[in-house]
Amino acid sequence: MEKIQAYQRPDGSVGIRNHVAILPTVSCANGVVSMIASAVPEAVPLYHGHGCGRGGSDLVLHARTLQNLAKNPNIAALLIIGLGCEIISPEGLQIVASLAKKPVQTLVIQKEGGTRKTAEKGIAIVKKLLEEASLIKRVTLPLSSITVGLECGGSDAFSGLTANPSVGIASDWVVDNGGTVILTETTEMIGTNHILKRRASCEEVAQRIDGIITETDATAQKLLGALAKLSIAPGNMDGGMSSIREKSLGCIVKAGNRPITQVVEYGEIPAQKGVVIMNGPGYDTESMTGVAASGAQLILFTTGRGQPLGFPIVPVIKIASNDVLYESMKDDMDVNAGAVLEGRTISEVGGEIISLIKRVIGGELTKAETNGQNGIVCMYTQYTAF
Amino acid sequence: MKTNVMVINEKDNVVVAAKNIAKGETVSLPGGETFPALADIPYGHKVACRDIADGQDIIKYGELIGRAKGLLKKGEWIHLHNLIIEE
Repeated sequence: MEKIQAYQRPDGSVGIRNHVAILPTVSCANGVVSMIASAVPEAVPLYHGHGCGRGGSDLVLHARTLQNLAKNPNIAALLIIGLGCEIISPEGLQIVASLAKKPVQTLVIQKEGGTRKTAEKGIAIVKKLLEEASLIKRVTLPLSSITVGLECGGSDAFSGLTANPSVGIASDWVVDNGGTVILTETTEMIGTNHILKRRASCEEVAQRIDGIITETDATAQKLLGALAKLSIAPGNMDGGMSSIREKSLGCIVKAGNRPITQVVEYGEIPAQKGVVIMNGPGYDTESMTGVAASGAQLILFTTGRGQPLGFPIVPVIKIASNDVLYESMKDDMDVNAGAVLEGRTISEVGGEIISLIKRVIGGELTKAETNGQNGIVCMYTQYTAF
Repeated sequence: MKTNVMVINEKDNVVVAAKNIAKGETVSLPGGETFPALADIPYGHKVACRDIADGQDIIKYGELIGRAKGLLKKGEWIHLHNLIIEE
């Protein structure tokens, strides 16, 4: 079994980065988070546009996403900034985040006496947390403690032919070493129910897979009407796809071909290792937020058109599906799967991804990290805010 | 000869053109096998790498993507005109 050099967290989880993060409970606290992050650039702000005006299922979903983001093992210590009147309470978030047994502190703007006073205190706290975090050193741990999120965004006709199958090789390697991969973007599984069901580890998982895909298909039909059929668009057909199933096969191939052990909801932490499906949207920033909350320490992201975005606390490896993109956006792309078009095999490119995964786990920065392409926390919503 | 197609899965009976291949041009598999293209095959499109009998499975990504409409000879372009999709 493969070994890695990583950070052991007190709750047993394993981080590949040692971030001190600043998490607002509500978007109203973003300004204070920004003041602290400007003063202490080593700290990582987790800006988002939510935290209030939600009820029902969206409230549950947002609270869980923030709680589980706080628990992400790439975070060594956390400062929560609340406003004071929001629906997601900062104190409540602290209690749940503390379950991960890492240092968590909270400041509430309305209690501290406004922006500047809160920021001043926050700067001192973050500096101290950074000092403490710097004492945590990498140790030898099994690769089985790693969860890898899988994404495709800005796809082209080659994504499903070069980049995604190469990522599939890396996924099999992660799972064979006892780790976890998270396949998501349920819309991109439409038409493959029977194929994914066949791979389920038990009947219950098979039923859940069928359920989420059928529901997503129905929602797409309801929202888009006749346009839903265009999820296999004329452009896809011109590109060589004969059916939506063939298009979806090109997406799900990212997860390799090991058994599917669990289906989780958006931002839910899996209880099983192996291939896990997270029921979630196809939109890149929302999707990456969900897999980070589900505990992914690393994301493999394939793109054909060129998506430069990363995620604040999770290294994102960008895999270009074609040479033209790789050459034109070299500063953003980590791997060129377009080499498959020039005669390299999918296993060779898969091997290149595996070797990069090992280096990134060990601390090598991805292009998105080097570029500060940190992006934001963008949570999935079912309804508009009230 | 340099390969001009991609093999996605060893079980597949179609491969994918890595560049535009004109009718009569040689299709060259990574393993060294070559055969002529029986139609123009645009890049990203499927070409049969074995003879596929009428009604037989068409396999890509190691999975069933449709059935052959008529005998599809090795080198044939495979798309909506000769692939039957059953949902």
